[in-house]
Amino acid sequence: MSIANTLLGLLESGPRHGYDLKRAYDERFSAERPLHYGQVYSTLQRLLRNGLVSEAGVEAGDGPERKRYAITDAGITDIEKWLASPESPSSYLQNTLYTKVVLALLSGRGAAELLDTQRAAHLAKMRELTKRKTGGDLADALICDHALFHLEADLRWLELTAARLDELTERVRI
Amino acid sequence: MTGATETVLEAVELHKSFGETTALHGASVTVRAGEVLAVLGPSGSGKSTLLHCMAGILLPDAGTVSYRGIDLAALAGHRRSALRRDEFGFVFQFGQLVPELSCVENVALPLRLAGQRRKAAERIAREWLARLDVDTVAGKRPGEVSGGQGQRVAVARAMVTRPKVVFADEPTGALDSLNSERVLELLVAAARDTNAAVVLVTHETRVAAFSDRDITVRDGKVRQTEFSR
Ligand SMILES: Nc1ncnc2c1ncn2[C@@H]1O[C@H](COP(=O)(O)OP(=O)(O)OP(=O)(O)O)[C@@H](O)[C@H]1O
Ligand SMILES: [Mg+2]
Repeated sequence: MSIANTLLGLLESGPRHGYDLKRAYDERFSAERPLHYGQVYSTLQRLLRNGLVSEAGVEAGDGPERKRYAITDAGITDIEKWLASPESPSSYLQNTLYTKVVLALLSGRGAAELLDTQRAAHLAKMRELTKRKTGGDLADALICDHALFHLEADLRWLELTAARLDELTERVRI
Repeated sequence: MTGATETVLEAVELHKSFGETTALHGASVTVRAGEVLAVLGPSGSGKSTLLHCMAGILLPDAGTVSYRGIDLAALAGHRRSALRRDEFGFVFQFGQLVPELSCVENVALPLRLAGQRRKAAERIAREWLARLDVDTVAGKRPGEVSGGQGQRVAVARAMVTRPKVVFADEPTGALDSLNSERVLELLVAAARDTNAAVVLVTHETRVAAFSDRDITVRDGKVRQTEFSR
C-alpha cells in the first residue's frame, strides 16, 4: 500500500503533526505493524518537495514533530486520482500455500495432512478475528472483515483442493 | 465458562442408510454444555442426517444417541417428541415458521404446545422478538417479512423454551453477509446467555468462525479437528 497516498488521505480532514499522522495511520491501517517515525518523516519531506503538502505552522520548541502539515490543492487532486483508479487485481499465484501444496504433491508426500493442518490454523485465526469484531469499533470491524474474507477464500481453495486431491496427485506428477 | 466440560449430548458410532445410500458410517460426536459446535463438511457428506439423528428426529440404524445419559432410541415416540419440544430448539434454512400464524404466534407456539396460556406465551414471545431486534414484525405473517427478519423470528422461536441444545442447519444459508452475521451474533449471544449448546451445521467457514470448536463430516464419518479456543 502506498504510505504517501494514505498519509495524504489522512491530511484531507485537516492539518496534523507528523506524530499525529503516524498514530492515525497505525490505528486505522496498521495496528499490527506500526510505521517507523522515520518513514513518516521522509514521506512528508517527499510530499513537501512535490508540492502535495505544505507546512502549516510550527509550534514552539524544536524537532520535526512540532511542524504541522496541510494538504495542498495539488495534493487533493492527487488523492482524487488515486482513489478513482482501480488497483490491479492480484490473483495471488505466488502464494506460499499454493507452492507448498504443489511441492507436497510433486514429491509424493501427499497434501492431505498439510491441508488439514492449514485449515485448522486458518479457522483458529478466523475465530480470533470474529471475536475481536464483536465489541470493536467500525473501523476495526472493517479490518477484521477484510482479513476474514481473504482467509475464507484460502479455505475454499483448500477445500476444493482436498476434494480433488486424488486427481491432482496423478496430474502433478506427470 | 463453568460446566463447559459436561457432556449434554453424545452420539456414538451412528450408522444410517436411505435405501442404497449410506449417509452415516460410524459417526461419533460429543456436545458439551453451553458450547457452540460447528459441523463442517462437503455437500452430501451426512451433516443434516447427523443433526437429525442427534436431535431424535431420525433414528439411526445402529449406534446410540444419548441426551444427558438418556438413550433417545429407548424412549417411546411421544416421550421423544416431548423431549425435543422441551429441551431442544431448531433453526433451519427455510420453511420452519407456520405461514398462517403471525410472527409472535409462531414464537409463542412451542410454549403453547407445552401447555402455557396464550397471554403468558405471547408476552414471553414478544420479549424474545425484542431481544432479536424484530419486535416490529410481531403482527406480520412470515410471508410478509424479509429473509433476515424471518430467520431472527426463527431464532426467537428456537430459544423461547430456553432449550439446552439448539440445532441449526445452515441457519444463514439464504442470507447476505451482513444479515448472516447479525443472525449468528444474536443466536450465539442468546445461547451464551441461557447456557444452551449450539450444533451449527454449515459449509461456510465464516459462519463456523462463530463456534468454539469444529468437527468435519466426510463420507458419513466425523473427523475431530478439535481446534478449540
Ligand atoms: N431422506 C432421504 N432419502 C434418501 N437419501 C437421503 C435422505 N436424506 C439424505 N439422503 C442422502 O444421504 C446423504 C447425506 O445427506 P445429508 O443431507 O445428510 O448431507 P449434507 O451433508 O447435509 O449435505 P448438504 O450440505 O448438501 O446439505 C446424501 O447422499 C443424501 O442424498
Ligand atoms: Mg444438509
